[in-house]
Amino acid sequence: MKDEKRTNWVLTIVLILGTITVFFPLYMAFIIAFKQPSEMTNDVAGALAFPSRWSFDNFRQAMEVTDFWRSLGNSLLITVATIVLAIVIHSIAGYVIGRGMAQRKSFRLIYLYIVSGMFVPFSILMMPLVKQTAQMGLGNRLGVILLYVVFYMPMNVLLYTGYLKNIPIALEEAADIDGASTWTTFWKVIFPMMSPMHATVAILTALGTWNDVMTPLVIMSGTGINTLPLAQLNFQTQFGTNYNLAFASYILALIPILLFYIICQKQILNGVANGAVKG
Amino acid sequence: MKSKMTNREKTFWAVVIPVILLFFTFNTLPMLKGFLYSFTNYRGYGDYDYVGFRNYIDLFSDARVGKSYLFTFKYALAGTVLVNVLSLIMALGLNNHIRFKSALRGIYFVPNILGGLVIGYIFSFFFTYILPAVGNTFNIGWLQNSILASEKYAWIGVLIVGVWQAVAMNTIIYISGLQTVPEDVYEASSLDGATKWQEFWKVTLPLVVPFLTINLVLSTKNFLMVFDQIMSLTKGGPAQSTESISYLIYRNGMDGGQFGFQSANAVIFFFVIVAMSIFQMTVMNKKEEQL
Repeated sequence: MKDEKRTNWVLTIVLILGTITVFFPLYMAFIIAFKQPSEMTNDVAGALAFPSRWSFDNFRQAMEVTDFWRSLGNSLLITVATIVLAIVIHSIAGYVIGRGMAQRKSFRLIYLYIVSGMFVPFSILMMPLVKQTAQMGLGNRLGVILLYVVFYMPMNVLLYTGYLKNIPIALEEAADIDGASTWTTFWKVIFPMMSPMHATVAILTALGTWNDVMTPLVIMSGTGINTLPLAQLNFQTQFGTNYNLAFASYILALIPILLFYIICQKQILNGVANGAVKG
Repeated sequence: MKSKMTNREKTFWAVVIPVILLFFTFNTLPMLKGFLYSFTNYRGYGDYDYVGFRNYIDLFSDARVGKSYLFTFKYALAGTVLVNVLSLIMALGLNNHIRFKSALRGIYFVPNILGGLVIGYIFSFFFTYILPAVGNTFNIGWLQNSILASEKYAWIGVLIVGVWQAVAMNTIIYISGLQTVPEDVYEASSLDGATKWQEFWKVTLPLVVPFLTINLVLSTKNFLMVFDQIMSLTKGGPAQSTESISYLIYRNGMDGGQFGFQSANAVIFFFVIVAMSIFQMTVMNKKEEQL
């Protein structure tokens, strides 16, 4: 059936040409990152032509100035810890709330309470949270991780409870009769069955936390701890006029997520589509 | 059997209570505190007094706040319309009978995975140096100065970057919407002699309305909360012409000694977002069609 339809070549070519809108800004950043300030003349070619010499000096210097590896480490730590905690805590919460809702009104209320958190903008929480985390000794990476776990809870609980509707309750009842505890049933039966949703939750949470500026900016300000985006923000204020160095730093900041995307492209696209449809 | 059920329920409560406590401590509690602060003249440090509704009354006469609402709404409206039109067109294209389908879909999603801050810095250079250079080479007057330096047009620069990133996300959602439309619906409509144009308006669009709803709510909310792009492109300038609500709350609330006043701003902003989302969902729900 599908093979009968002919390929629309005109459209294919238009769409291929359209990818320039995606590639051009990245190309520009890439080229500038390799150049020397002296090569940056004031015309179009000055910025966009190939550098006279491909050298990694800018990258080496940018790594030093932004303390690249440490910022990368912090970003990785925060993102990975958030994902792990989100999958564990939100799936349990989703399971309990989803199953509880079927029987008890109180769980229905709890569900609405948590999911309605999706409408709360960070701006309203920001100022009190800065005070609160400082008082609790959480103005650090742990605090940022905890906040992410809370911020992504509404979306993830919604996703998990939605997915739970596809898992027949008979499975749990069978395990129940075999004498398994609720806890064992969850880990042995339900948790593995939720894996497609784990992937979606992991991807949506990862994209959100990895690129987030505002939370670490206000929560960890003054600690000297940088995430990858924060390092760019600080770098910009200090060395923003050396464009070649700055662009080397931007490229470095983009590489990890681009690599991740190239490796897991299919899962990411599926995960995002999945999340949007279920949510 | 009975004790088994209560055991299960006990486990449920043992899980759900700590979860609620966590959520309350870092979401509800700061929100309540925000409400409280909005009735004070707190500067972020030192003593403060309760001032009743004065902050709220002042909000409506504050020119800077008014300007930020105007900018944010203008930006969100233009952004939402542009993003939804563009991404629906993109989705129709990428869902058509084309070659390299998955590669193209993959490429067009790239802008969404990149952080708004760094993308903003890259585009900032593009607007400040590349576009004026193009303007100089071809003698195009209006291009010769950076649009980011223009009080009148800087918001368009911010809009281009916001749209560039948001289209990627919404396209993917529309593609999954288009895939839910069964092939035989199209066959039936072409048997009835419908043109491609009629087919889009009478068949495709009504069937993807649920996805249109998701996209409208998502993009409106994201555009209303714009922060990263402002931070990296304009810092609210020139002359506060691109100061978004989130940016103003951050700038003046955190450093500007307006903790209480900006808390009131945040409270209003919160109600605006809730009202917009509910409004869009109720309007769109009425338009949904079932197959």
